[in-house]
Amino acid sequence: MNHWIIAPVVLPAVLAPLIVLFMRHDLVLQRVFSLAGTIALCGVSGVLLVSASTNPPEAYFLGNWPAPFGIVLVLDRLAAVMVALTAFLALMVQLYAIGTGWDRRGQHFHALYQFQLMGICGAFLTGDAFNLFVFFEVLLIASYGLMIHGGGRARLRSGVQYVAYNLMGSTLFLFALATIYSVAGTLNLADLAERVAAMPEAETAILRVAGVLLLIVFAIKGALVPFQFWLPGTYAAAPGPVAALFAVMTKVGAYAVIRVFNLIFPPETPATGGFFAELLLPAALVTLAIGAMGVLGAASIGRLVAFGAIASMGTLFTAVAGFTPASTSAALFYLLHSTLATAALFLVADLVLARRGSEDLTQRQPPVAQEGLIAALFFVGAIALAGMPPLSGFLGKLLILDALRGPGMALIWGTVLVTSLLMIVGFARAGSLLFWKSHETLAEPEPHRPDTLAFVAVGGLVAGLVALTVAAGPVSAALGSIADELAERTPYIASNRLTEPAR
Amino acid sequence: MEILVASAVGTLTAAGIYLILRMRTFPVIVGLALLSYAVNVFIFASGRLAVGLPPVLSYTAEGYTDPLTQALVLTAIVISFGMTAVIVMVALGAFLEAGTDRMDSDDEAGR
Repeated sequence: MNHWIIAPVVLPAVLAPLIVLFMRHDLVLQRVFSLAGTIALCGVSGVLLVSASTNPPEAYFLGNWPAPFGIVLVLDRLAAVMVALTAFLALMVQLYAIGTGWDRRGQHFHALYQFQLMGICGAFLTGDAFNLFVFFEVLLIASYGLMIHGGGRARLRSGVQYVAYNLMGSTLFLFALATIYSVAGTLNLADLAERVAAMPEAETAILRVAGVLLLIVFAIKGALVPFQFWLPGTYAAAPGPVAALFAVMTKVGAYAVIRVFNLIFPPETPATGGFFAELLLPAALVTLAIGAMGVLGAASIGRLVAFGAIASMGTLFTAVAGFTPASTSAALFYLLHSTLATAALFLVADLVLARRGSEDLTQRQPPVAQEGLIAALFFVGAIALAGMPPLSGFLGKLLILDALRGPGMALIWGTVLVTSLLMIVGFARAGSLLFWKSHETLAEPEPHRPDTLAFVAVGGLVAGLVALTVAAGPVSAALGSIADELAERTPYIASNRLTEPAR
Repeated sequence: MEILVASAVGTLTAAGIYLILRMRTFPVIVGLALLSYAVNVFIFASGRLAVGLPPVLSYTAEGYTDPLTQALVLTAIVISFGMTAVIVMVALGAFLEAGTDRMDSDDEAGR
């Protein structure tokens, strides 16, 4: 067994309690150890990425209990890519949090941050549905702490809504899992895939209910309409770096949909057929429309970017709903792109907010300090998120449109293209209100610390976007092979060694 | 027994959802607790209902009940307990900061 597979879970899980127990009074020590942990996570994820791209999917049997009796972690290429994305994003966001001093504004930022990483990496790696629930809870409980980091009236009130909404989501997840268990008698993903495929159509009414419940749970995580209400308030009120890290949390919902609905309920399943794709596609298109209109009408910087995030989830789910290798591959490319773009834009919004008296877009304020650089970064982020050339958002949308040719194409293409235009207009309006109209006040910008490290972090995310654009050919080819592997399903199922006698 | 368990789950869920829709922190927290009770009973029932059967190995037993759902319920109870504690603390903080226990956005916080 390759023991590196569990390292992305164990490393933060060990580090976080150490930070709480031994370094709680020393911020410098916390920063050093937490940063070292995140850099180590980047290294481990690199090792896993190399290992997964050369080997077939590999299972890690916890306690050496054979599947489906024990819990397994499964490392396939999709999981490796997601863990690597998380590690890169986490490193940049953490540099930003240290550079701007966000981690100083409340207690235990770094410990919660590590627990959050543990939950996210675990959710990507696990091969067991109940274990997925547990890791969801780990990442959620850490996110509750991070969300209200720094305190304040608006943040705490949004925090209560966020916690309550997600607790309801967790309850629904448990209902879904129990329903699946009562029908299939297992919660191991690979075992479920085999049993569901073998189930005769007449017995699967309850299974379909369970599938829809699961889809709702993942839609809550992924902020799909009509479950997107928690996102704008939460992301706008959360501290900037936390909102940027949360960019990958919505992607956990998308990842879960890709994983579960390609592995267990693929369109060729006799019991369910194309049922889930038919549910997902309209919801995704409406999400896209609502996100774009939100960008156009947003009154504050935070909500502007939050609605941009909703629109990107809509685009992503539109591609996911295709359930073909080509569309899944496009979805994965857009997933990588939109995570980086959303995070970069949240960080830029935070840079503006720290230098501007008000988050209200329409309120006239003097220009912000270091305006040129911030405006340029905002411009790059907005181009990326709206999907304009030359950055990878354009390529991602192009791949998605290309993959979704066929019946219903007019509606999909129309929605994606019109919403892109709306987002361009919305971001242009916001940018000119923030950076051009400010010069009408004739006031000098208030001086502000240069925050070199923070700019380095945002620059790192932008560099990631540029790298994704430049290397789009090889990356999309690699993602295409991941999508093929997902559609084929057998390598993943075989890695669990279900038929082998107990060792 | 099935009728009893099913109606208990249904009643708990209905009461929980009603309380959550009150949109004030205390009823919402109690409603979430009721929902988690409902789901715990539901998970328990998903392993089929059996009376007087042991879940683990026994030389005298005539049959077994499903031990896995009991383990799942235990995990779910622990997690929901922790989550309830978290939401109580967050809600308390929000109440002390804002001076109101309303959860829906009625002021600038939700704009």
